[in-house]
Amino acid sequence: MAAAFALLITCQLIGELLRAAFGLPLPGPVIGMLLLMALLVWRGAATEGPLDRVAGGLIGNMGLLFVPAGVGIIAQLALLRRDWLPILAGLVVSTVVGLVVTGLVMHRVSRAVETHRSGAVPVAAE
Amino acid sequence: MMPQILQALWMPLLPSPLLWLAATLLAYRLGEFIRQRCGGAAWANPVLIAIAVLVALLLATGTPYETYFSGAQFIHFLLGPATVALAVPLARNLAVVRRSLHGTGLALLAGSVTAAASGFAVVWLLGGSRSAAFSMAPRSVTTPIAMAVSQQVGGVPALTAALVIAGGILAAIIGRSLLRVLKIEDWRAHGLAAGVAGGGIAAAQVAPLNGLAAAFAALGIGLNGVLTALFVPLLALLWPA
Repeated sequence: MAAAFALLITCQLIGELLRAAFGLPLPGPVIGMLLLMALLVWRGAATEGPLDRVAGGLIGNMGLLFVPAGVGIIAQLALLRRDWLPILAGLVVSTVVGLVVTGLVMHRVSRAVETHRSGAVPVAAE
Repeated sequence: MMPQILQALWMPLLPSPLLWLAATLLAYRLGEFIRQRCGGAAWANPVLIAIAVLVALLLATGTPYETYFSGAQFIHFLLGPATVALAVPLARNLAVVRRSLHGTGLALLAGSVTAAASGFAVVWLLGGSRSAAFSMAPRSVTTPIAMAVSQQVGGVPALTAALVIAGGILAAIIGRSLLRVLKIEDWRAHGLAAGVAGGGIAAAQVAPLNGLAAAFAALGIGLNGVLTALFVPLLALLWPA
């Protein structure tokens, strides 16, 4: 438990250090995530153990961790009142576009690759 | 009489971080309870409920956000290690999706970039402010990454967090039917689209339906975070502060 938490915090610390040292555009915790992922892929990711439990606990309760920052919206009521229309439109458009583009490209490309491999038109996946 | 008793109890608690720490935990627990009562419906989101309850409490008691945050920061701090922890499911799912790497890579790239760029462009074209546009740009990413990116490019992390959740709820409600209208029945596409466009909230809606969808949703969340964190700072070059 302590070792797993130390690993997470150390990855974040190294991430922050790398970001500061090289002026990277990625946030420190994201660099830390990439470092840990590289480590896990290299070492082989264990499916159970302390790291899995600590990570599972943090991820399973992640919603709680956003709340303090989310309450900060209270200081942005003026911005919301002024820009509510662009914000609402941007939200709907980016969500629909994200869903459609990702779904369509995934569908088309995997079907093309599978057709190419098998040399026949595959039966639609159910 | 009653208000005086309340005030006498209230005053000594104010300088302590415990009051708002407890309030945050209880508000979130209330949100979870409401979601259970609503049969796990996507719109009954515990984070949104907790934020609404706490904002109402702060407004009603005239408490400044700084006072609230001095207590709640202990919870906020865990967001960093939780982001790093996303590497664990990501590493595991990387093996699962290795077989459909072409489609996944292309779809991720196309979905991430268009989601970020379209949200940003709509706010910009409709005359929204720079901070609104940059709060919107990273909104399809999982909340901790989205907030970190928002902060970095001059958005408002709190607004970004609210947008991530609202967009996730929208994607969870419309995602499945929208893709079916387009005649997409592939579980991999459904999972990946939910992860890329709707983050954890939409993924939670799709994941229990199919194991393959769950793996692709987890991958969509993680890699979309990385791609968007790289792409949004480029948008910042288009509209310097």
